[in-house]
Amino acid sequence: MSDTIAQARLWYWGRISAMALAFFVLAHLVIIIYAVRGGLTGTEILARTHGNVAFGLFYASFVLASAVHAPLGLARILRETVMGERGANVVAALFAVLVLVLGMRAVYGVVLS
Amino acid sequence: MTTNLQVKVWRGKEEGDFVTYDVPRLESQTVLDVVTHIQRHIDPGLAYRYACRVGMCGSCAMTVNGKARWTCRTHVAKVARDGKLELAPLSNLPVIKDLVTDMTEFFDKWARAKGSFKGEQTRHDEFAMVEPQSTMRLAADAGIECIGCGVCYASCDVVSWRPDYLGPAALNRAWTLVNDVRDVANVERLLAVSGDAGCHACHTQGTCTERCPKHLEPTASISGLKHIAIKALRRTA
Amino acid sequence: MKRKNDFRARNHPAYWAFLVHRFSGLALALFLPVHFWALGHAIEGAASLNGFIHVTDAPLFKFGEWGLVIFLAAHMAGGVRLLLIEFGTWSGLRKNLIAVTAGCAAVTGLAFALALKF
Repeated sequence: MSDTIAQARLWYWGRISAMALAFFVLAHLVIIIYAVRGGLTGTEILARTHGNVAFGLFYASFVLASAVHAPLGLARILRETVMGERGANVVAALFAVLVLVLGMRAVYGVVLS
Repeated sequence: MTTNLQVKVWRGKEEGDFVTYDVPRLESQTVLDVVTHIQRHIDPGLAYRYACRVGMCGSCAMTVNGKARWTCRTHVAKVARDGKLELAPLSNLPVIKDLVTDMTEFFDKWARAKGSFKGEQTRHDEFAMVEPQSTMRLAADAGIECIGCGVCYASCDVVSWRPDYLGPAALNRAWTLVNDVRDVANVERLLAVSGDAGCHACHTQGTCTERCPKHLEPTASISGLKHIAIKALRRTA
Repeated sequence: MKRKNDFRARNHPAYWAFLVHRFSGLALALFLPVHFWALGHAIEGAASLNGFIHVTDAPLFKFGEWGLVIFLAAHMAGGVRLLLIEFGTWSGLRKNLIAVTAGCAAVTGLAFALALKF
């Protein structure tokens, strides 16, 4: 019974993170297309992001939402193709940690370091 | 129009093969006419189901050229390109013989989804007053005509991928009861239809809605269940 | 082994939308750690990030990026369609929004390609 409730909750958080990501992704696409004009260099990126707190908060939140959303989708794909319930959840959880850690590290890298 | 149809029919159980039959082509012929011809004039051993033959009972559901349909309501002219037909039993169900499937699990899931009405009023109470144009009643009415033919269940990939998934028909029925103001079992029902064996596993592929011979929309019912379930679970959590 | 359906049962718009959504989601999910690892080079300074980006200036990489940007737009637009189906009032499978998804993906791809060039 509690399994059912847990699964329903995961569905719900997938949808909440999706709503948040709709906003983040839209902004990100606009930023990418703007920034990529005439080519892209690391120096250019860092010039805009370094020390920019708003930028940091935006992308940190983006990373968080992604770390919730992507593993849920991945777990479904794994569960419906090659794995059982337990295996899919374990792989997805590990993936969530990977995304969270690498993502926050990247935000730190472009904003604070 | 060709004079003969080349009809490949599944013979056997889950192990078996397609056997091709030559069937004379007639005006306004339905696929049910074709199957009946084979069984009566060519091979009496062919097993298949039908009852009303006029699109009311759903017994004749099977896979015609890859899509689940009612054979009595499928005109040969509409589906037999180059005079070719392929007939197989419904997908996602065990095969008893040839074109006949075992519908037990379909109806078991209906029961697991708490797909039957539970009221608490008796003959001694007043009639229940149900406002026919209310949102809830309209929602129930939209799904109430299901006759349990199994076409949606056979068409759903999530049913193929998750053996425990209740399926579109059971969930649609549960939705009509969730919207029935007289029903008192909705707390247990919402629990029964939630989670990965229930509505939350639906990917909105929509094949059920595409194929339903009564033009019902299980996708709508399942979507409705998804967020009602969350509301209810939030209250219990 | 029960019978399963093949492409003939799946050949309709809402199913294609599901396929696009799943495939794009998988591609984006697999790309995400790589993307973060790449940006993480900034920790070692601008030169390190520059060096990495220079590698990705190769046409094959650019094509991959362009593809991913299209996937991102498609996945988001398709996702918005699903949110409307699941949380909004029912109005069918919203096949018009499938077309909008394709349009968004195309427009985004074009904008990205043009931005790269100009």
